[in-house]
Amino acid sequence: MKKAIIALEDGTCFEGRAFAGSGEFYGELVFNTSMTGYQEILTDPSYHGQIVTMTYPLIGNYGVNEEDVESRGIFAEGLVVSECSRMHSNWRATKSLPDYLAENGKIGIDDVDTRAITLHIRDKGAMKCVVSTEDLDKESLVKKAKASDGLVGRNLATEVTTDATYVWPKDGKPDATYKVAVIDCGIKLNQLRILDELGCECTVYPNTSAAEEILATRPDGIFVSNGPGDPAGAPEVTELVGKLIESKRPMFGICFGHQMLGLALGAETFKLKFGHRGGNQPIQDLRTTKVEIASHNHGFCIDADSVDPAVAEITHLNLNDKTVAGLKHKQQPLFCVQYHPEAAPGPHDPFYLFEEFIDLMKETK
Amino acid sequence: MPKREDIHHILIIGSGPIVIGQACEFDYSGTQACKALREEGYTVSLINSNPATIMTDPATADRTYIEPITPEAVEKIIIKEKPDAILPTLGGQTALNTAMKLVEQGILEKYGVEMIGAKYDAIMRGEERDLFKTAMEEAGIETLKSFEVHDLDEARHVATEKLEFPIIVRPSFTLGGTGGGIAQNMDELMTIAEGGLKASLTTEVLLEESVFGWKEFEMEVMRDKKDNAVIICAIENMDPMGIHTGDSITVAPTQTLTDREYQIMRDASLKVLRVIGVETGGSNVQFCIHPETGRLAIIEMNPRVSRSSALASKATGFPIAKLAAKLAAGYTLDELPNDITRETPACFEPSIDYVVTKLPRFTFEKFPMADNRLGVSMKSVGETMAIGRNFKESLQKAFRSLEIGVDGLDLKAEAKVDEARLDDYLLTTCTERTIAIKMALKKGYSAEKIHKMTYMDPWFIDQILQIVEIEKQLIDAAELDHDLLKYAKKNGFSDDQIGALRGCTGNEIRALRKKFGIIPVYSLVDTCAGEFAASTPYFYSCYAELDETRPTDKQSVIVLGSGPNRIGQGIEFDYSCVHTVKALREMGYEAIMVNSNPETVSTDYDTSDKLYFEPLTFEDVMNIYEAEKPLGMIVQMGGQTPLNLADRLLEAGVPILGTSPKSIAAAEDRELFRQLLDKLKLKQPESATAKTLAEAEAIAERIGFPVMIRPSFVLGGRAMMVAYEEEELEPFVNAAFAASPDHPVLIDRFLEHAIEVDVDLVCDGKDVYVGGVMEHVEEAGIHSGDSACSIPPYTLSDEMVARIKTACTAMALELKVKGLMNAQIAVKDDDFYIIEVNPRASRTVPYVSKATNVPLANIATQIAMGLTLDELGLVGFEPKVEWYAVKEAVFPFNRFAGVDPILGPEMKSTGEVMGIDTNFELAFWKAEIAAGQVLPTEGTVFLSAKDRDKDWIEEIAKEFVESGFSLVATEGTAQALHSAGLEVTLTHKLAEDGKNVIDLMKESGVQLVVNTPSGPVARVDEIKIRSEAILRGLPIVTTESGAKATVKAIRYIKEHDWNVQAIQEYHA
Repeated sequence: MKKAIIALEDGTCFEGRAFAGSGEFYGELVFNTSMTGYQEILTDPSYHGQIVTMTYPLIGNYGVNEEDVESRGIFAEGLVVSECSRMHSNWRATKSLPDYLAENGKIGIDDVDTRAITLHIRDKGAMKCVVSTEDLDKESLVKKAKASDGLVGRNLATEVTTDATYVWPKDGKPDATYKVAVIDCGIKLNQLRILDELGCECTVYPNTSAAEEILATRPDGIFVSNGPGDPAGAPEVTELVGKLIESKRPMFGICFGHQMLGLALGAETFKLKFGHRGGNQPIQDLRTTKVEIASHNHGFCIDADSVDPAVAEITHLNLNDKTVAGLKHKQQPLFCVQYHPEAAPGPHDPFYLFEEFIDLMKETK
Repeated sequence: MPKREDIHHILIIGSGPIVIGQACEFDYSGTQACKALREEGYTVSLINSNPATIMTDPATADRTYIEPITPEAVEKIIIKEKPDAILPTLGGQTALNTAMKLVEQGILEKYGVEMIGAKYDAIMRGEERDLFKTAMEEAGIETLKSFEVHDLDEARHVATEKLEFPIIVRPSFTLGGTGGGIAQNMDELMTIAEGGLKASLTTEVLLEESVFGWKEFEMEVMRDKKDNAVIICAIENMDPMGIHTGDSITVAPTQTLTDREYQIMRDASLKVLRVIGVETGGSNVQFCIHPETGRLAIIEMNPRVSRSSALASKATGFPIAKLAAKLAAGYTLDELPNDITRETPACFEPSIDYVVTKLPRFTFEKFPMADNRLGVSMKSVGETMAIGRNFKESLQKAFRSLEIGVDGLDLKAEAKVDEARLDDYLLTTCTERTIAIKMALKKGYSAEKIHKMTYMDPWFIDQILQIVEIEKQLIDAAELDHDLLKYAKKNGFSDDQIGALRGCTGNEIRALRKKFGIIPVYSLVDTCAGEFAASTPYFYSCYAELDETRPTDKQSVIVLGSGPNRIGQGIEFDYSCVHTVKALREMGYEAIMVNSNPETVSTDYDTSDKLYFEPLTFEDVMNIYEAEKPLGMIVQMGGQTPLNLADRLLEAGVPILGTSPKSIAAAEDRELFRQLLDKLKLKQPESATAKTLAEAEAIAERIGFPVMIRPSFVLGGRAMMVAYEEEELEPFVNAAFAASPDHPVLIDRFLEHAIEVDVDLVCDGKDVYVGGVMEHVEEAGIHSGDSACSIPPYTLSDEMVARIKTACTAMALELKVKGLMNAQIAVKDDDFYIIEVNPRASRTVPYVSKATNVPLANIATQIAMGLTLDELGLVGFEPKVEWYAVKEAVFPFNRFAGVDPILGPEMKSTGEVMGIDTNFELAFWKAEIAAGQVLPTEGTVFLSAKDRDKDWIEEIAKEFVESGFSLVATEGTAQALHSAGLEVTLTHKLAEDGKNVIDLMKESGVQLVVNTPSGPVARVDEIKIRSEAILRGLPIVTTESGAKATVKAIRYIKEHDWNVQAIQEYHA
């Protein structure tokens, strides 16, 4: 196995070896604390432009399978783990993790002290990095990391959105109760699977679509998906979402979609030090005070002070750091959450949010 | 919702003595609960019969009742204390069952006491098979199909109509799960079911679909009254279905489930809590998953804190019991902080960034007759846990933490398995299976083949294969270079293990390792995989890069714990360790605890200033020493475990605080000790050491029979035997050599009918404080850990007690003890003989401390740190003991079918209870009840004794008759009693036709069994009689002194009422 170096923009380097792929990969180095679900994480388009460190040290144990994919391929630039299992065991497995990464042209690094990386990021913040098996000169690599683009201000969501509009389920859903227009900012398939399950036919639009085109189909509801990158870097998408809000149709946004809705409603976003990535975050529904455990994957967040109480109500709070986790429009059937009710990976506690979206569509139909 | 203001006083029920399946994890949970509730301002009363617990320390609760855990005793406490609520979910099955009886008998309603933590209906739904099945059906969770049958026709019907083969046959109410099995076809079913129906007390067997070999998982769940529910920990059993989870190797978190499968199980767990109606607290839910289809079924759930929740707490850092107590008092999870981060709330799910492995500890060597195959009934007596950065490291650390003479999954472990029988090991669910897998892999068995034989998930088999491959690399490498050594260390290979593979010593490997700069780092257990900064210093070692140790300016002391529970070394030593840590902290030192037992209070990160969850081996302990640079180590509290390390630690330059290992060795060395006694003019039973069988025979002849045979350096009287005749000598001596190879065997005169006395004292080198003189109820020859005893002595004269104290004082001073010392003495007529002296904490320290209200371990720690008894005001101090405290032992015979439940020089008990009252009879009676021997006040006594015992049997029989009992006996005993003028019913011997005593027991025609063994090798029918009594829960007495105390107690309780009193009242 090839030696690999992870070089951070602050000059810190970690040595490991490539268990899959080779070459040079750039991205923001982040960590995820989920103990299961690496396949879903790798295929989540929100990780576009990022290199993911798994805090759980043993990864690859159960291989990969056909079902647990969240998009058309692997979006994370690379995966950093402590020990990648050399064999996998699970009745659904069809392939090994190293093969999966290699086939997707990505890199996997192991034999690294992932806790050291995690604590470094926790203390210093998520930062730009380069992973290389070619250039092993640390000084040169740090320079490259510094010089790389990074996430801030970039519109990554538009880089990963669908090229063409499509319908989900693929062959349409003649018996659908609701027609939902989905703005794809890097959607996880489980959002579509759940909407399908709940009786919706979804038309998935590129996030560069025109509002008029979407509204012309008179959807029962509009859904804005998750996606990668800096929400402030995608003003075109915010503008599109703003226009859609004006239609007063029921709207639901998740993660990046939540940030788009927030920005369109006049709030501001900021970058979290190292983000929330994991399946164990406590979210309190402020209306009932009940806590749900939720899956998270975001590096940016809506600033609570920027939310105009006349326009929107903060409905959910992340109890770990008291950041905004959910908003609801004061007058319109519109709400959104920062976290992932579609889970995959993660707990199913916030599944009810999809049902609330269905209820909104029912009420306004 | 804040805490409840409508309740002020809460009664907590403890779990009683340590038994198999219910060990010190409930001291951990109970102690946490007491602390948590008092922190909230509640008054806490407590009942627990186990004196060896931290929970029953006078300072833990406001009112502590060391009383038998029965509904009657609890009612008496309720009358006295008038609690508002009772909390039964932290004291294991004992507490739950007692609480259920309190509800059923209307006691709680009568006194207006609310049950908190769980409701009656919820417990019923969780525990009662049919209700549970119905509830699961409603929730849409699959259960295992099962049917009760009462005869073979019914069994045939069920097998034809309702179930598919293989079918599991489980007889209801049998001893140690006897009579069950797996039937592959109808013929086998008929055979097994027939045996099962016979073995069952209720002639009932359960036929169940077989899930043998399925994957097994456990989920630790918490829920609050606002319906917030979280998973604290998911545990995967490496041993698939078929072995009790308590006997399985288990791993946290799950290793072989995808997130999709894990979340299905998570959803099911939360649903179970909601459907069962567990409103607040922790529960344990067990599932099995078909390895090829993923079909998931629930096995069972426990609506209470369990053994697994203690493991989960230690594995994640999340204090389940503490939170469960606070939730029961009305809080919700979001209102409580995460103890470890202090910043984030407790309402979250811990994420871990390491691998935890739990290994069970067995003691089959104590019960040679027992079936050592594992099954649905738990047989392990303890457990150990290890944390590593990968599974191989965690597994190997766990193996060396077991303290079974192995340094990992190493060659020594392989020596325990007979290679010729490898396939048997793989095919049966035996304790050595993991070792056998490694050997099979070395022999070239494919992982696939081993999977087919063991059903173990191929992932785990591959992990073992990796250990095999690294082992080969270590053997084959021409030179042990930096990279290979580091690679081996990362995968959990110990220095000694590597040394054995390289043909050198562990110390040489250690030196090489240090030369290369390969030293472990310490990582934090922080509940959150590093996402937040942790305030609690709870560490494990691994060979990664980042070290998180936290050096302070404070002077520190390392306390070595006692490792996994085993017979002879259990909770009593953990109690002393906890007291040591407390004393050190009170004195201003930083107390650093090292231990590997997840059940204990000592491994609660709240107990010490720093906790290192590590194996207790020289290497692991030395690494901590070098990282922490303490003043020294305390090794006298944790039993044999730390003492075994003392010499090597001393050699490596570690200051041993308190009694020097040299003094300990002087007391252990028979020759040096004899010289010491000669000097002090103290007597010892005539003895000599033998290095060969021939020497032993010569010695025995010289001393004269009976002789006691003991190996050196063993725990709990391992392989100790009394030989009455010459023929017995050879097998016993050979057994002693086998138990302690390379060490001489001691042969000494066995003092028949002597009274045994235990003494615990503290010495500072100048003065001595005698903490307690305990008179045993059973005579000398019965292991001190197995006999009942009394403080103060109940038959010895004051003069004899004074002479014993003087002798012990002299010995302690001569041995230059700085700390605790225990002496065992036999009193015969007007003489006394020193049997054994151990200058370290004994099993009786907690009992003595509670009986006298003087905390011996705390005092000993202060002495070890340089204070004097004079400074502590203990010179010339005599504790006033105006009551009797009787300790009684509790045995695991009900788990081991076919084992003769008699007492001898080898310790067999797993736990102890204490009865305390104003006179000996009552204290003894309470102790018997607490130990599960419910003495009858009327009915029939079965008497059977060998000829030598006939004299005293007559006496006892007379007393029973005077108390209104009828007598039953077999021929010999009956004749003797008859000729003494007693009315006695004759019963047939087992071999004869006609009604025998076992038939009588079945008809409830016997209420008490007095049966002394006929000789050192018991006859089969005696064992049958005694086993049957154990199976039926009948009180059984097998010694003269035990019988005398029993009849006294029965006579007393027939004429007197009894009451309960808090330990704080006695001590006031």
